[in-house]
Amino acid sequence: MKPPVFAYHDPRSVEEAVGLLGRLENTRLLAGGQSLMPMLNMRFVFPDHVIDLNRIETLAGIVQDAETIRIGAMTRQRDIADSALVRDRLPLLTEALAHVGHRQTRNRGTIGGSLCHLDPAAELVAAAANLDATIEIAGPDGVRTLSMAAFPRGFMTPAIEPDEMVTAVRMPLPQRGHGFSFMEFARRHGDFAIVSVAVLLVLAPDRRIARASITLGGVGAVPLRMVEAEALLVGHEPGAALFERAAETCRAIDALEDAQVPGWYRRQLAGVLMARALATARARAEGVST
Amino acid sequence: MSKAVADAPPRLAPGKGRVLGQPVARLEDGPLVRGRGLFAADVNFPRQLAMRVVRSQIAHGRLVSLDTAEARALPGVVAVWTAAEVSDIPPIPFRATKVRGLEPYCQPILARERVRYVGEPIAVVFAEDAYIAEDAADLVVAEIDELPVVLDAAAEPAEFLPGNSTEPTIVRKEYGDVDAAFRAAHAVIELDLSVGRHSGVPMETRGAIARYVAAHDVLELHGTAKKQHWNRDEIARLLGRPPTGVHLFEGHVGGGFGVRGELYPEDLLVCLAAMRLDRPVKWIEDRREHLVATNHSRQQRHLIRGAVDADGRLLAIDDVFFHDQGAYVRTHGARVADLAAGMLPGPYRLPAYRVAGHFRLTNKTPAATYRAPGRFETTFVRERLMDAIAVRLDLDPIELRRRNLVTEAEMPHVRPVDTLGVDVVLDSGDYIGLMDQALAQFGWDAVQRDLTARRAAGDCVGAGLAFFVEKSGLGPSDGVRISIDATGGVELVSGAASVGQGMETALAQICAEALGVDYRRIRVVRGRTDRIEFGNGAHASRVTVMSGSATYHAALAVRGMALDTAAQLLQARPEDLAIEDGQVVRAAAPGVPLIALAEVARQMGPNSPLMRGRTPGLTAERWFYSEHMTYPYGVHLALVRIDRATGEVRVEKYLVANDVGRAVNPMMVEGQMVGGFAQGLGGALFEEFRYDERGQPLSTTFADYLIPTLSEMPAVDVLIAEDAPSPLNPLGVKGAGEGGTNAVGAAIAAAVDDALRRPGAIVSLPILPRTVRRHTEEPT
Amino acid sequence: MHDIAFTLNGRPWSLRVEPRRTLVDAIRDDCGATGTHIGCEHGVCGACTILLDGEPVRSCLMFAVQADGRALRTVEGLEKDGALHPLQRAFIDHHALQCGFCTPGFLMLAVGVLERTPNISDEALTDVLSSNLCRCTGYQNIVRAVRAAAEEMAP
Repeated sequence: MKPPVFAYHDPRSVEEAVGLLGRLENTRLLAGGQSLMPMLNMRFVFPDHVIDLNRIETLAGIVQDAETIRIGAMTRQRDIADSALVRDRLPLLTEALAHVGHRQTRNRGTIGGSLCHLDPAAELVAAAANLDATIEIAGPDGVRTLSMAAFPRGFMTPAIEPDEMVTAVRMPLPQRGHGFSFMEFARRHGDFAIVSVAVLLVLAPDRRIARASITLGGVGAVPLRMVEAEALLVGHEPGAALFERAAETCRAIDALEDAQVPGWYRRQLAGVLMARALATARARAEGVST
Repeated sequence: MSKAVADAPPRLAPGKGRVLGQPVARLEDGPLVRGRGLFAADVNFPRQLAMRVVRSQIAHGRLVSLDTAEARALPGVVAVWTAAEVSDIPPIPFRATKVRGLEPYCQPILARERVRYVGEPIAVVFAEDAYIAEDAADLVVAEIDELPVVLDAAAEPAEFLPGNSTEPTIVRKEYGDVDAAFRAAHAVIELDLSVGRHSGVPMETRGAIARYVAAHDVLELHGTAKKQHWNRDEIARLLGRPPTGVHLFEGHVGGGFGVRGELYPEDLLVCLAAMRLDRPVKWIEDRREHLVATNHSRQQRHLIRGAVDADGRLLAIDDVFFHDQGAYVRTHGARVADLAAGMLPGPYRLPAYRVAGHFRLTNKTPAATYRAPGRFETTFVRERLMDAIAVRLDLDPIELRRRNLVTEAEMPHVRPVDTLGVDVVLDSGDYIGLMDQALAQFGWDAVQRDLTARRAAGDCVGAGLAFFVEKSGLGPSDGVRISIDATGGVELVSGAASVGQGMETALAQICAEALGVDYRRIRVVRGRTDRIEFGNGAHASRVTVMSGSATYHAALAVRGMALDTAAQLLQARPEDLAIEDGQVVRAAAPGVPLIALAEVARQMGPNSPLMRGRTPGLTAERWFYSEHMTYPYGVHLALVRIDRATGEVRVEKYLVANDVGRAVNPMMVEGQMVGGFAQGLGGALFEEFRYDERGQPLSTTFADYLIPTLSEMPAVDVLIAEDAPSPLNPLGVKGAGEGGTNAVGAAIAAAVDDALRRPGAIVSLPILPRTVRRHTEEPT
Repeated sequence: MHDIAFTLNGRPWSLRVEPRRTLVDAIRDDCGATGTHIGCEHGVCGACTILLDGEPVRSCLMFAVQADGRALRTVEGLEKDGALHPLQRAFIDHHALQCGFCTPGFLMLAVGVLERTPNISDEALTDVLSSNLCRCTGYQNIVRAVRAAAEEMAP
């Protein structure tokens, strides 16, 4: 389990990195390395060039403006998890991060790396999708943005070109006092989720649900935004029966089927977790401590 | 009084001594916590080559060709071998079975015409470093014609080779009139039960480093474990060298658990290469290799029938089981199947018994022993049967066991079967007494009340128990040599081995107690064929029993020699003297040192006038022999909670109660119990080597093979009983290594059944959440 | 080949390495500090945990070139002037090791965490220690040892 031969580049700026991407063939970007390194050690990938982003200082950092929080692609998962700002305004992200790998891997792992790796079971992918994140992508012609909904092109394949790289993720700030919950079912602590669910609930002053965002991770090739369930909730008063009806929409999903987990069981877990997460999010929205 | 007791040499007084029976700190820990251990990968020699094994990616096929040209051409590559280059080396033999006819099923060190499992070595690369070796291994191209795979050991046997079926043998044991018992039975209970494929998976992968020292004409193998002397003899034989020209060395061993230290193809390949290439050769297994190359274990399916009378007393058991051996028969031969057949009856009075163990080859990684081999499996099977009997007869499962457990008065209890070639004689025990102690410590009655209340509140919770009998102290012999040098330092040389279990400390404690020295002054040498002529290694929970007893006798002998010499020097009578903390004292005045052991040793040196005409040295070697094993026993109790909606099982509370005869170091015994439990928990709920329909392994990383982490571990309580010292050795000890693992699958299965309120729901291990979910009532 | 420099337990090292060389291989084979162990090489077992500028990381998931200019700490650096670190002492006292193979990884994980969070909660400690695998002890005594050392290390 030793990595194959490659040439190593450690650019100091995004421009330099994009330049390398444009010039070199068969490249791989190295962010935190917590997914790429195992793949290299197992020789699942054979890049000719590895471009290490760890020396590009401008790629890390968390900043807030009027309506969003912008997190640099190379911001370590640990720094996001510890950020008081994120905890205050995007608590769903903080909660999701507690499930991401382990202490040592969060010390190295980055948000950009996780999003680009796009593992179907990755917590940050589901959370970003649920928070309506926007991805900033630098390329030879400058920076473009892509909604998280459009970001996954397919199984573990982001919609970015070979000469492009993700530089940041921008998350709109949900209304203060919103309810949220991130839950997952994994066989062991720290494992990738078999199914995860991210929920965000905003209650109107009349206590009806004004906004509902629900995303399932692990059930399909890409995160699954549960628009039908969201529509079912909005405009209604929250309650267990309503949540059960929303959770029943999971029965219809086209769930991944693999050697370890049959589709019926993933659907079952999705429904269970969704109902539980909705209840937790509601309690938080109503100011009940959970 | 049994004959064994009557003939026994002087026994060490029962109860706690100065260090024996005390939870003293381990001698092993100092270098290990400093990062100064010597594990296999830490061994390096100048000019060493790295070896990399090319493994079959096909589960069963005809090996048509192997193209190694590109690999050979890679700079830094020294050699690439296929079967053709090693055709003079016979397949790896076995050491442990009476069963005949297994020879055609032995594994060649490199596959010849056929490959039989994914992971089988088909070629081997030697290069300047591990990176280049792996580069070159990737360049070896194998052409393999796929053949149909056999993956189910319970299916009809197929052809292994022309004239040899995939069922080389059926392990049969029988006593009593089984058919008559079934005809007379009040009830007959039948179950179909399975245990999944899992294994030891130590944190250190295997490794082997060989070098040929031409100056002394000695081939050295480093990174070894468990069975150095047998392995040395076999390596010498297979390579055509005298055993005195081959030496095995043991450094630190990162966990054994049965799988490490067997003779594997890689061990022979590094030795052969070190000789032929005339450079040291180092091989370190990587984790993905480990999960397909190192012995698997456990996979069995049992069709068991039990006959009982109206009171629930066992009349007979008739078991047919299918043992999934994997692709080859390795060093253990049919040992696991034999143990399963021999140990299945466990702690119960069983008038008639018949078992047929179908030993079957499949296209998976070869299987052999893993901690509590044959017992983890059959305790699950037997205790499931007992629970089913209780349900059928509407008896409390504890009462049922009470009626069937062999009583203290019936000890020693002769059971007319054998296992490992020795007759099963349960040597001592108070089974019912230990069960009662365990129930009390667990708070069984309070737990039952609590369960009732929690169920009323909607929780899905349950409790269960399982009784087990272990075996330990497999003979036939072990020797220990103890020497005291002129500084008073004590060296204990043993033919046993360390697999990280703390044997150095245990032997030092026994030696210190018998000799009268500080245990920290004792240097324990083990796992080295160059320091002691014979040895039987570390397996089958034998070290404390066998080497411990030999240590005791050797220490007494040295003590006697020291006192004789001291008596001469002091002009006293030896019987009036004693040794305290390394000083000879008058027994009547133990606080007053008369002469140090160091001085006695000096006086016994080769140039001392005192020794003229005698063999010098304050040193003695003693051997301990045993015809029979000694049988520890115990009971596990589990409390589980199930999430009805997901099927997840959490163990909330657990007790391991185990009578070990006498605990040399209770701290270490407890460590064995808790650690053993964690491995049992893995087999009960998490760990499984899975295969797809083409025989491709699916559990090839630590993301797929699920070893429990701290978060999955419940608080484990331990009850170490010393109620039934073994009459078979002077210390009264029984092995403590396997009781923590033995009954975990059985106890958790019982608790899950209880939580589900569905007796007999659990028929296989591991118990997966989705299986449990099928049994929970909550609608989807 | 790349020229790199880092400190290992305070001592400066200059190495010439292939870019693909993993940090753990450089520490073990180039610096000779074999106390850091390799258990899986895919970032699950934690046996190779070291401190990188004070934070625990898995050294099998970094390249040696990435350690250029960084400060590394491994198990060999815990003992000071012949005195064991409180965690080393506690591991012995609480029988938190058997074979000892996972021990350096657990020690470095715990050192990194306790230096930053000496008064860590039980729940957080369970979370942290769940990131490494041990096959011998069943973890119970590791938790006890870390708890005991935490008390000793608390200011």
